[in-house]
Amino acid sequence: MSLARTHRSHPLWYAYALHRVSGLLLALFLPLHFWVLSFALTDPARLDGFLHWADLPAVKLAEFGLVFLLAVHMFGGLRLIALEFLPWSGRQKAYAAAAAALAFLVAGLFLLRAV
Amino acid sequence: MGNAVDIVAERETHMTVRVWRGQGDQGRYESFEVPERENQTVLDVVTWIQQNADPSLSYRYACRVGMCGSCAMTVNGKPRWTCRTHVQKVLDGGILEIAPLRNMPVIKDLAADMSGFFDKWVAAEGVFHPTATRTDEIPKIDPREERRVEIDNAIECINCGICYAACDVVAANPDYLGPAALNRAWTLVNDQKDGARDARLAAVSGGGGCHNCHSQQGCVQHCPNDLNPTASIAGLKRETAKSFFKWRR
Repeated sequence: MSLARTHRSHPLWYAYALHRVSGLLLALFLPLHFWVLSFALTDPARLDGFLHWADLPAVKLAEFGLVFLLAVHMFGGLRLIALEFLPWSGRQKAYAAAAAALAFLVAGLFLLRAV
Repeated sequence: MGNAVDIVAERETHMTVRVWRGQGDQGRYESFEVPERENQTVLDVVTWIQQNADPSLSYRYACRVGMCGSCAMTVNGKPRWTCRTHVQKVLDGGILEIAPLRNMPVIKDLAADMSGFFDKWVAAEGVFHPTATRTDEIPKIDPREERRVEIDNAIECINCGICYAACDVVAANPDYLGPAALNRAWTLVNDQKDGARDARLAAVSGGGGCHNCHSQQGCVQHCPNDLNPTASIAGLKRETAKSFFKWRR
């Protein structure tokens, strides 16, 4: 049965899935990130080589994805904290959409500055 | 030229209805051709099958007007109250697929075993604990008072189990009390006449309690009475957090 025909086919389930997937991907990315940063202490030449590689357009595009994941997880997390600790608001779908839109804006600004 | 009965028969269109048949974990979909009517609920369709095609079909209903909460089933993948669901609104490519509610054991065919669902209402302290006797004066509660409004927003639950079937956390964690039981607990937490607030907050903050909720809001999406169990659960999360920090001090 397709996703469209299950109990999951509504915007706030998609927001939940996006929050989970972005969190998982960031958890996979962060160890790599810190490992590369550690080169600053252990092997600066290797870090320079890596940063040079990171200037490639394809890598910049991948970084756009990373910034989007980070931003969407942050705004999505703020949405969930507000949901749980502030008085209830009926605009849950609007907040989820705003979190995704803001994340796209932040990632887009990053890409414009990078190119 | 045919008579009136023939003309009606010629005009009658049919839809394909796939109905879950079986007991426990074993079962399969069985197809029936059911006449389409202009005004027809999913419960009408199931009843037509039982009365005209296969009398051994098992299902549950009582009031037929959306009050008793006994006729909920999975209709084309989504949990719905079948007595108030018009076929025209859910028919997908001329096909109707009807299954028992998710997250509950199947007794037979479309009848799901709701005993676990109701056991969790008790486990969530969904029972009123009186603080006065019949000789005491009835306390006056302003209907506009904040806690009373919280109760009003959550009290019209008909125990249909649709939110429970729509919840992925229930599916993943069999101990999770579920949206309906927690929603009930929230109404009692706000009830000024109730005397078991601390016991209830303890009951809803344990292993299967309110903090398991992932706020997917499938319960809100599918509740036929437009209740908002996620808001109730968020309220319980706040109250249990407050009570935790008070206890720490």
